[in-house]
Amino acid sequence: MSPAIYGLLFLALGPLFGGLLAGADRIVSARMQGRVGPPLLQPFYDVGKLFQKQTRQVNPIAEPLLLAHVGYMAACGALLLSGTDLIFTAFIFALAALLLVLAAGSANSPFSFTGAERELVVLLASEPFFILMMVAVCKVTGVSTFGAVLASPQLVAVQLPGVVLAFLLVATIKLRKSPFDISVSHHPHQELVSGLTSDMSGRLLAYVELAHWYETALLCAFMVLLFNWSVPLGVAAFLAAYGLEIMVDNATSRMKWQLLLRSTWAATLLLCGGNILALFLIGR
Amino acid sequence: MSFFGRSPWILHYDGSSCNGCDIEVLACLTPLYDVERFGVINTGNPKHADILLVTGSVNERNIEIVQNLYRQMPEPKVVVAVGACACSGGIFARAYNIQGGIDRVIPVDVYVPGCAARPESIIDGVVGGIAALEEKRKKTA
Repeated sequence: MSPAIYGLLFLALGPLFGGLLAGADRIVSARMQGRVGPPLLQPFYDVGKLFQKQTRQVNPIAEPLLLAHVGYMAACGALLLSGTDLIFTAFIFALAALLLVLAAGSANSPFSFTGAERELVVLLASEPFFILMMVAVCKVTGVSTFGAVLASPQLVAVQLPGVVLAFLLVATIKLRKSPFDISVSHHPHQELVSGLTSDMSGRLLAYVELAHWYETALLCAFMVLLFNWSVPLGVAAFLAAYGLEIMVDNATSRMKWQLLLRSTWAATLLLCGGNILALFLIGR
Repeated sequence: MSFFGRSPWILHYDGSSCNGCDIEVLACLTPLYDVERFGVINTGNPKHADILLVTGSVNERNIEIVQNLYRQMPEPKVVVAVGACACSGGIFARAYNIQGGIDRVIPVDVYVPGCAARPESIIDGVVGGIAALEEKRKKTA
């Protein structure tokens, strides 16, 4: 099959994967709290309802920005799977995230604006990792496309254990899990109401959810890059990591942004950078 | 197909309640009652909410706040008055600062009686709210 077909498959199945995982997440979280939890398809019901609800736009620029957010997030995954350069996809990933910040910032309300500012900090914390991770994968395998990395005979994770550990930390940010969910809060009566999304209603909120499903699927594809022996192995590793994230989410409270920035940069530099440096020194 | 029945998101506002009903509202979210089974989320944000759950009566100081929250909710939306005070002012009805029940300032769709209202009857009220939500959606669609 040509790589372009994998890209199209990502566009079609990405949200399905992300939505189902979000549903499973809510059930597992509820079980951890001694509750039964909602049905598996709950995230799809929620998004369906949001599309049926009235949409109130504080600033008309929000809708195009959010549509672009979904579009870039989907395109990022599709480009990755259809064989675009890995580092290029890391930059598109950052651009997609930035569009959400712009959309939230356009509302001009205190909660929304604080959420947008914090999301910028979160981006500052997470993006260097993704670029370094792609550099490390390219360095280890000697190739720079998804298909070629998968065809590579060596298991990337064995050579890059530091990167895998740092990925677990940074994935907490991207999956919007506690203690790193400083820009949003999924629970009521907290300091930020809903942060980034507090001024988005109806289909605007549905776009954010949809983009987040694509983002989850994209993170899974990134994990497959690290566990490149087979796609099922990579997906299994991602699901195990996701389970760990749910546990951490239920066991920790939100961090301050300074601590978030320090801890992720320390992990990126020490684990990721140290790993690359060690490979460089060994390989010399 | 309508998804309102499967995903009612709630905004809870405490008017001048004695906190009895509020504790019962929060009890609905605990493992014993677990309303999240039915897709209910306690949002805390009027722009995301479908159902406004008000406990306690309206006083002079919170008229504007209740009206503002109601106006910020996108259509379709319903209001559920929880407890005797939210329905009619309750034992505070004749206090100098009390206006009366919530229906004095915003339209109420479902009244849940009780002092304090039991979690079972609150859940029943929310289910009644979902039916009202469906009706309103049909009218606007």
